[in-house]
Amino acid sequence: MKTVSKVKIGMAELDIIKKEGILTTLGLGSCVGISLYDKIEKVAGMAHIMLPDSTKISHNENKAKFADTAVPLLILKMEKMGARKSNMIAKLAGGAQMFSFAEKDDTMQVGKRNVIASRKALKKEGIRIVAEDVEKNYGRTIELSAETGKLLVKSIGKEITEL
Amino acid sequence: MKVESLNDTHIDILREIGNIGAGNATTALSKMLNKQVDMNVPEVKIMDFGEVASTLGGEETKVVGILLKLSGDIDGMMMFVLEFNAAKKLINILTGDQGKTSDLNDLEHSAMQEIGNILTGSYLTSLSSLTNLTIKPSVPNLTIDMAGAVLSVPAIEFGKVGDKVLFIETGFKEAENDVTGYYILIPDVPSFKILLESLGVTI
Repeated sequence: MKTVSKVKIGMAELDIIKKEGILTTLGLGSCVGISLYDKIEKVAGMAHIMLPDSTKISHNENKAKFADTAVPLLILKMEKMGARKSNMIAKLAGGAQMFSFAEKDDTMQVGKRNVIASRKALKKEGIRIVAEDVEKNYGRTIELSAETGKLLVKSIGKEITEL
Repeated sequence: MKVESLNDTHIDILREIGNIGAGNATTALSKMLNKQVDMNVPEVKIMDFGEVASTLGGEETKVVGILLKLSGDIDGMMMFVLEFNAAKKLINILTGDQGKTSDLNDLEHSAMQEIGNILTGSYLTSLSSLTNLTIKPSVPNLTIDMAGAVLSVPAIEFGKVGDKVLFIETGFKEAENDVTGYYILIPDVPSFKILLESLGVTI
């Protein structure tokens, strides 16, 4: 078996790879993992966003932290690697509600809001979302293959799913 | 203010807050189990988001997390976190059971929730009397999942105000059964100021 290099994306980080290797995010909770892929050029990108909207927050220098700013930045980086926006497809995972408090306040709904904001940011760029495994109440580890564009989703006590 | 602007004196005081809170909680745990429980020196951890998830032995480590939201004079969260196997042992010590399943049944679930309730309650009571601040904890909420996913919840709160996370983290260890766990106090950023000022420190 050949070994495949893995690039780990932490909270509020994003990265890209081309042709081979795997982009991975471990233990996504309420954050959302946005995966983009150009299957012609085999360029893969992944962002691990924590919050929906940079315009609502004063400390918003880190573009990878927010759905609305991470998506355009990720696209730009992929384009510099030779990808074309018109070839890109998107897959979303995460946005869980990890704790279920009775009162439905802002803090606990952040997962859902992250998902909605990610969809909106992708729509604005005209990128189609082909698969999602979002919301619910459990954490996810994701792996995006640069070779195939397949996204593996792993959760505790569940079968591995392929998006 | 930002987490980065805290100086060494501030950090020392936050560590002492952890010391007193966790000390009280550890005494309660020791009584509950009728066993000796040792406490580590509290750590004030200021981390980048990327480091948060690995603080409890790796992002994918299966943990039991009990979260309470704090309101009153300060806002924030308090967490009691331990590896799943440690939680299982802790429950077994209490109930005399030997269950080894990979999940918690209803009884174990409520036992764990109650342990969390008592320990965080003792932590917060001592913090409240030390600072003379009113701290109202919510009902504790329990989840079993990957450490990264569980810790993303407090991390996101810090994400709203900056790019660093601050945990006042204290570990404990019950040596006979090798049970370790952590109390994590997570005041929101404006509450640091209130906590420090309540102890006579200007910021």
